[in-house]
Amino acid sequence: MITPKLILLVIALAPLVGAIVAGLFGRRVGRAGAHTVTIAGVAVSFVLSCYALYQLSTGGWGVFNENLYTWFEVGKLSAHVGFLVDRLTAVMMVVVTSVSLLVHVYTIGYMRDDPGYQRFFSYISLFTFSMLMLVMSNNFMQLFFGWEAVGLVSYLLIGFWFKRPSAIFANMKAFLVNRVGDFGFLLGIAAVLFCFGSLDYATVFASADATLTGRTLEIIAGHPWQAATVIGVLLFIGAMGKSAQVPLHVWLPDSMEGPTPISALIHAATMVTAGIFMVARMSPLYELSETALSFVLVIGATTALFTGLIGIVQNDIKRVVAYSTLSQLGYMTVALGVSAYSAAIFHLMTHAFFKALLFLGAGSVIIAMHHEQDMRYMGGLKKYMPITFITGWIGTLALTGFPGFSGFFSKDAIIEAVHESHRFGSGYAYFCVLIGVFVTALYSFRLIYLTYHGKERFVVEHKAHGHGHHDAHADAHGEDDADDHGHHEPGHLEHAPHESPWVVTLPLILLAIPSVVIGWLTIGPMLFGDFFAGAIVVKEGGPLAELAHEWHGPGAMLLHGLMGLPFWFAVAGFAVATYVYLFNQAIADRAAKLFAPIYRLLQNKYGIDDLYFAIFARGGLKLGRGLWRGGDVAVIDDGIVNGSAALVQRIAATVRRVQSGYLYHYAFAMILGLIVLLGGLWMAAR
Amino acid sequence: MFANWPLLSLLIWLPILGAIPVLLAGDKRADLARRIALAVAAATFLVSLVMLSAFNHGIADAAARGAADPGLFKNMQLQENLLWIETLSVRYHLGVDGISVALVLLTTFTSVLVVILGWGSVEKKVAQYMAAMLVLEGLMIGVFCALDALLFYVFFEGMLIPMFILIGVWGGARRVYATLKFFIYTFFGSIFMLIGLLYLYFKTGTFELAELAKVGLSAKEQAWLFFAFLIAFAVKVPMWPVHTWLPDAHVEAPTGGSVVLAAIMLKIGGYGFIRFSLPIVPDASMEYAWLVIAMSLIAVVYVGYVALVQEDMKKLIAYSSIAHMGFVTLGVFISLALARSGNASGAAVGIQGAMVQMISHGFISGAMFASVGVLYDRMHTRMIRDYGGVVNTMPRFATLFVLFAMANCGLPGTSGFVGEFWVILAAFQHNPLVGALAAFTLIIGAAYTLWLVKRVIFGEVANEQVAALEDMNGRETLVLATLAVAVLLLGLWPQPLGNLMDAPIAELVKHIVISKGA
Repeated sequence: MITPKLILLVIALAPLVGAIVAGLFGRRVGRAGAHTVTIAGVAVSFVLSCYALYQLSTGGWGVFNENLYTWFEVGKLSAHVGFLVDRLTAVMMVVVTSVSLLVHVYTIGYMRDDPGYQRFFSYISLFTFSMLMLVMSNNFMQLFFGWEAVGLVSYLLIGFWFKRPSAIFANMKAFLVNRVGDFGFLLGIAAVLFCFGSLDYATVFASADATLTGRTLEIIAGHPWQAATVIGVLLFIGAMGKSAQVPLHVWLPDSMEGPTPISALIHAATMVTAGIFMVARMSPLYELSETALSFVLVIGATTALFTGLIGIVQNDIKRVVAYSTLSQLGYMTVALGVSAYSAAIFHLMTHAFFKALLFLGAGSVIIAMHHEQDMRYMGGLKKYMPITFITGWIGTLALTGFPGFSGFFSKDAIIEAVHESHRFGSGYAYFCVLIGVFVTALYSFRLIYLTYHGKERFVVEHKAHGHGHHDAHADAHGEDDADDHGHHEPGHLEHAPHESPWVVTLPLILLAIPSVVIGWLTIGPMLFGDFFAGAIVVKEGGPLAELAHEWHGPGAMLLHGLMGLPFWFAVAGFAVATYVYLFNQAIADRAAKLFAPIYRLLQNKYGIDDLYFAIFARGGLKLGRGLWRGGDVAVIDDGIVNGSAALVQRIAATVRRVQSGYLYHYAFAMILGLIVLLGGLWMAAR
Repeated sequence: MFANWPLLSLLIWLPILGAIPVLLAGDKRADLARRIALAVAAATFLVSLVMLSAFNHGIADAAARGAADPGLFKNMQLQENLLWIETLSVRYHLGVDGISVALVLLTTFTSVLVVILGWGSVEKKVAQYMAAMLVLEGLMIGVFCALDALLFYVFFEGMLIPMFILIGVWGGARRVYATLKFFIYTFFGSIFMLIGLLYLYFKTGTFELAELAKVGLSAKEQAWLFFAFLIAFAVKVPMWPVHTWLPDAHVEAPTGGSVVLAAIMLKIGGYGFIRFSLPIVPDASMEYAWLVIAMSLIAVVYVGYVALVQEDMKKLIAYSSIAHMGFVTLGVFISLALARSGNASGAAVGIQGAMVQMISHGFISGAMFASVGVLYDRMHTRMIRDYGGVVNTMPRFATLFVLFAMANCGLPGTSGFVGEFWVILAAFQHNPLVGALAAFTLIIGAAYTLWLVKRVIFGEVANEQVAALEDMNGRETLVLATLAVAVLLLGLWPQPLGNLMDAPIAELVKHIVISKGA
């Protein structure tokens, strides 16, 4: 009997099966076996997710909300594992499985010569499973489950090349910074339980209004805070970790130490958007607190602008895209902050496609450049790799909001929504997102020009002895990675760069299609229709409702957009980038010198990483040493314990004399002693 | 069919008496001794499974159904009750409820693994080592089954002897210092408990726990008794600031000793709070709950920082143990406070959390110490700086170690998450700030654990010794993989364990709200 429940179970478990087979039996099934089984698993998930979305969109299915099994039940409190699948979930499922599927295929080419091939496939399939569990959850416990599980896989994948010191530093940093977010998140869940007595979404959301309105919590005695605000802010701290919002954004750029496929899948398209999804899912709670939403808004706006600025001065191609991701996540967060949840989800979706495209394109370039990631040694690649080049342009146009491309619709909707909003902080946010458009265009086209256009800034040296495997389309990271970097001059290649194999370019092409069209096709129902009705709750008079009055279809929006400010900000960014990086590159260096303090500030990432390292890492160690040497050793041990050293010594001497090594002697003496003692006491008592 | 058998006596005496043939086999026939020891441990584990099947989850509900004379310790099952010392009316009274059953199973399960673990890593005086382990097992089971306070005390103290010997004979270089510290600390602690028990005896004329739970006590009496129990159990757990014996004991103990110490013996402290402090002196426990809660939070935060800077793997894990056991005491006393404020549901959550944390910590800390043992057997060093890049030469070991590390960080899906999650949720209901301090473990726990993993497991091969490492053999794989399964199973589906302990916990929550003021 094929029921929705069965289909959903298969969707979630198929990638898990793949992960287990590739992970535990990797050697037995071999490389081809590993990628076949994991790709099959994710493909099944993808197809069925599409089916589920179709059924939910057309009304074939109602909202699915059912527990699978009871995880733990104590008294009145019960925690389950179960699914809540509505349209919001289904959109996420399709986004996750589609990008995951393409990344799986891409990996065949990218990781071809890596000794950890099977392990990698196992991890990305495990990630897909975890992410699905996160978005399909019907309760807070399982949400946290998925939340931490994707964090684990992210940890494992950032540190995939575990010999690299930078990689194993980055993965620990990512996990710990995320844990800071999770700290807030878990307390948020605790607050929800405290207020509602339940961890189930349905129960909590249904009574959100009645329970939270007017309710206060006293975290600090004498200071009653609005419960909805406390819950909203605490949960959002979790989102700040996972979705890399300022000031917990520091881990995401470093996560680029991981192989590029996972930068696309985890650190751009899916995992980092978990926080966005979570807030949208919790809209019934967030709508009850203006303060929490203003907090969200300001954090998002700050992230959108200030991380984008850093992207301008980066030379590592992946890092530019990483900062771009941070900035775009900021846009999504801004949308959440003005109650335009569906705009956030809409941008999440379009961004997933075009950012995955940009990352995978960057990966394709990196393959061609034999793992050179510094754009200063690239240039003129368009003639060597036309497919990567064209899809790179498509992704960039989508990202910068070229009218008609998917990013145009989603980003413009956010900017317009912020414009409509009257929430505290929306003025600041409008400024940030508008300037952000200029910044986005600037760093994006800078990347395009430095990579694909202009002069070639690398030299091809034809060496007599060709390493067979270096000729391959992917490199061999694992075994000889270290000396690979050792004897290579930057900008010196052994072979001319060339286009990547089809397993790499096919995903690029397939991602380019939605990057162009998905916005046009879906903006109507998702933003201005009632597609998310029931899943996303917005109080009367949200900014999207305002915009809906002026909504006359995507074509009209396109024309309207040509006259709007964001478009001209983008054009300005494009123009500056074109002039500077295509025609007069000297001006960039002069600008850097002219604005040296600002340039340095951006180069140092505002000094935040250094500050954290000094305070939390070094400070933590110092504190630990202080407590250990000062507390445990000096006071407790030397002071109190060994302070009665004379006593100890005397006992030691005695014990040494009777130490016979025989168990029975000790046992006997012990019991004898006890009996004597008890006997004496008993006698005394009589 | 087994319900009428003296299963509990069998569980206690089978390993203790089983030690005799092991000793008789002697060190000359080490292999025979090992085999007998394994057979005895396995048989004991089987008996404990029989006990589980004979145990009726439902019976404890008798009280809930309004049976006559509800009360703590009245619904114990598989009881054996003989007069032991007539003049003192000390009884050989055994019985179990769900809480005891869980801990007995943990003991028998861990003991089998410890015997297997000692198979290759112990080379001198094999028979005596195995015999000591078996005796220790029997005594620990006795602790969890005793319903007579004096009987409890005899097992409680008796336990020290084999452990003392294990560290003293098979321990490392500073073993004399460590054993003395261990012995004096714990002996010092338990003396106070003995005095407390004697006081209760002179007042009531009995050592029956069920009677002691009922007896009325003035606030002053309760306060004295509370601190007597607190000292005894706090040392055992161990709680800050009486914890400094544990790192030293662990560092010097042989692997098997460390595993037993961490996995089972520490639990006796938490068990003591649940069996003695809360039922016998509930009012004083409530009065001083703030103190225990504060000590627990210090254990989580302060000890977490101390763990961060340890250079010896075993010390690091020992400090981590202290921090994790902080959740046990926190959960127990938070629950008391919640119960007294009328939040019975929250109270049950807290105690369940504390209990699950005990079982889970048994698996995880056991696994961590066993893992260090695997490395130590090869490299003969516990210093973190001597390692690096172990994953390159021991990939299977590294996989399991990372899993245990994640469990130690409380990652959902592993057993480490369950107890911490429940305790944090309960603590938040008591006081959000207490919840926040407890939740700090999310950060500090991950920091010390993952930094350990980074330095030991990941990176380039650090030196020639690491380059020459061989991955786990079948025996080691068996032990660690079994623990891994346990960690995952309890993490993914803790409900069966919860069901087992649900009834006695509900009973306890009902009991501790009743004031005993005389």
